[in-house]
Amino acid sequence: MTNFAEQPHDFASTAISTETVGNVYVENPRMTTRNVNVFYGDKCAIDDVTLDIGEKQVIAFIGPSGCGKSTFLRCLNRMNDTIDICRIEGEIMLDGQNIYSPHIDVVPLRARVGMVFQKPNPFPKSIFDNVAYGPRIHGIATNKAELNNVVEGSLARAGLWDEVKDRLHQPGTGLSGGQQQRLCIARTIAVSPEIILMDEPCSALDPIATARIEELIHELSNEFTIVIVTHSMQQAARVSQRTAYFHLGKLLEVGDTNQVFTTPQHEMTKNYITGRFG
Amino acid sequence: MSDHNHQMIPPHLAAQRVMAGLAGRRAREKRFRIYGKVAIGIALAFLVTLFVSIFAKGIPGFFQHYVTIEVTLDREKLDPAGDLSVQSLYDGDARGIIRAALYDIVGASGRSERKAAGKLISAGAEQRLRKAVISNPNILNTTQSMRFALDDDIDSFLRGFIKRETPEGDRRINDKMIGFIDALQAQGRISYNFSDYLIFGSASRNAEMAGIFGAFIGSILTLSVCLVLSFPIGVATAIYLEEFAPKNRLTEIIEININNLAAVPSVVFGILGLAIFIGIFGLPRSIPLIGGIVLALMTLPTIIISSRAAIRAVPPSIRDAALGVGASRVQTMLHHVVPLALPGMLTGTIIGMAQALGETAPLLMIGMVAFIVDVPGSITDPGTVLPVQIFMWADFAERMFVLKTSAAIMVLLLFLIAMNAFAIIIRKKLERRW
Repeated sequence: MTNFAEQPHDFASTAISTETVGNVYVENPRMTTRNVNVFYGDKCAIDDVTLDIGEKQVIAFIGPSGCGKSTFLRCLNRMNDTIDICRIEGEIMLDGQNIYSPHIDVVPLRARVGMVFQKPNPFPKSIFDNVAYGPRIHGIATNKAELNNVVEGSLARAGLWDEVKDRLHQPGTGLSGGQQQRLCIARTIAVSPEIILMDEPCSALDPIATARIEELIHELSNEFTIVIVTHSMQQAARVSQRTAYFHLGKLLEVGDTNQVFTTPQHEMTKNYITGRFG
Repeated sequence: MSDHNHQMIPPHLAAQRVMAGLAGRRAREKRFRIYGKVAIGIALAFLVTLFVSIFAKGIPGFFQHYVTIEVTLDREKLDPAGDLSVQSLYDGDARGIIRAALYDIVGASGRSERKAAGKLISAGAEQRLRKAVISNPNILNTTQSMRFALDDDIDSFLRGFIKRETPEGDRRINDKMIGFIDALQAQGRISYNFSDYLIFGSASRNAEMAGIFGAFIGSILTLSVCLVLSFPIGVATAIYLEEFAPKNRLTEIIEININNLAAVPSVVFGILGLAIFIGIFGLPRSIPLIGGIVLALMTLPTIIISSRAAIRAVPPSIRDAALGVGASRVQTMLHHVVPLALPGMLTGTIIGMAQALGETAPLLMIGMVAFIVDVPGSITDPGTVLPVQIFMWADFAERMFVLKTSAAIMVLLLFLIAMNAFAIIIRKKLERRW
């Protein structure tokens, strides 16, 4: 990493480099991706991305709209499988196994790599059933008491327990937007995942709800590995330890969040962060 | 960012032009609203005409004329074997007893008068008498006042369809009969009552005895078969095509064919049923089982198409949420998508069932138009259905059949409304908007 910081770059005089700047590797990776390409039909959405995701770290994916950061995120738990024309090449390793190898079952994979979506999407069921759904289908809780425990624990860790403990059997869709999103986070952590993917989790929320979620992400990072896609650079700066900048399907720069925001190495990163486009 | 330097229209001029066009815009809007009102008005006028004509004929169809006479229920004559068995009662002379009572009342003597008097009462009277005896044997050897339906020609006369002024040779009832009717009326024996024959009777060539009960039960049986087959198959097909089918040429061909099947004339399904179920499998004709299968084939495309639309209308975020916590595709489908799509699926099913209820042509092809007096007891007993019954009655010339046709149409409409109401209630229950 340091060698990049010392080298002066002169992007203006040359064609813009599409090589990834910064150290894509970490010492203790939870998940590794190597030379990942994603195609929608003939269109290449992700071009040769290699990146490590560190254990119990928050890594933020930033970049302009359409840069492929969400696509890449959805590769990490194979949510892209639902799109017929989507084709993925390369290697995404979790515990020494390529999650795209044919004998991998996506059901346990998604239990280990949970996901929180852009728009809060609670099931049209009660608050309790929302959180209990995952443990139930996976058979994680073996009896009613254990299930109650899991639900309470998940809601507590999502910072929602005190607000909903008296109305667990009321519909989850009756909560406010921010509460719904925390409910979705509770639902995700109820199956005890190792990694949580968050796809712009605050883009539909007001600033106060956003602050609560950010606080929550910070707390959760003690227990979980978190990958977050965000449009807000302030948010990336606040919640993440590492930041990856995507541009037109390419990973242009990775580094410690501080470094990326204070001394971006790549010309495009610099332009994006200083608000010249995006 | 553009470097064009076009002359802009000044604001006051722009405003002026907007105002100038405003009257035209408003007029167009008004005209458009009038078109809409006219269209709705025409549709309503037709609907009102239809209902008025059906109700005007149909409501009298629910009533008919009865005559009340005292019959002496002589056991020896009625029940010659003395064991009250059906056979014994059939061997007995119920008709003779009724006629004797009637001759007595109207004072008919001589062959021609008795012949005329005998034509007054419906041929169903003796059956009614036998039933009364079976249900209550205690009335034997007593004199009972009983009510019997009048023959449909007499009914038509009493309704004024057959005119007294018409020369005797041109009407279906002669002067003697008219005299007897007058006598009965003078004694207050003729009454205009709700027609139990219509509701509880079956097919009959005698208009006054004809009823829809057999066809009604036939409709229920046929529709049950249709629903039991078409709903699960249709929904399963829709789920598979929408969520699991590989997107390839074969799937595409199947989809196109299903869409085309929705537009196939229903009689074609009847020919198919005739050829396959009766021709190849050798199943009997006229049975609700085959009727139901044929109607299910006809209903399937409707259910499949609407179920697919309902599945597609479930927000993808729900699917993402379920898949995101690790639900399998089947779990996602069954736990989340299908429950949310069910109201839409039911709507399609209601539409399909309503079509099936009113369908006549395919059932004619498989012989459900046969004249069947017995009420079907199961899906393998020969029977008919309401619309076919209506179709058959509409073919008869007797005035009473005309009235009963309209009455049967009203019953069919009520059946339809009841079915839809039931489905709407179920749908409302399922439709928990959270």
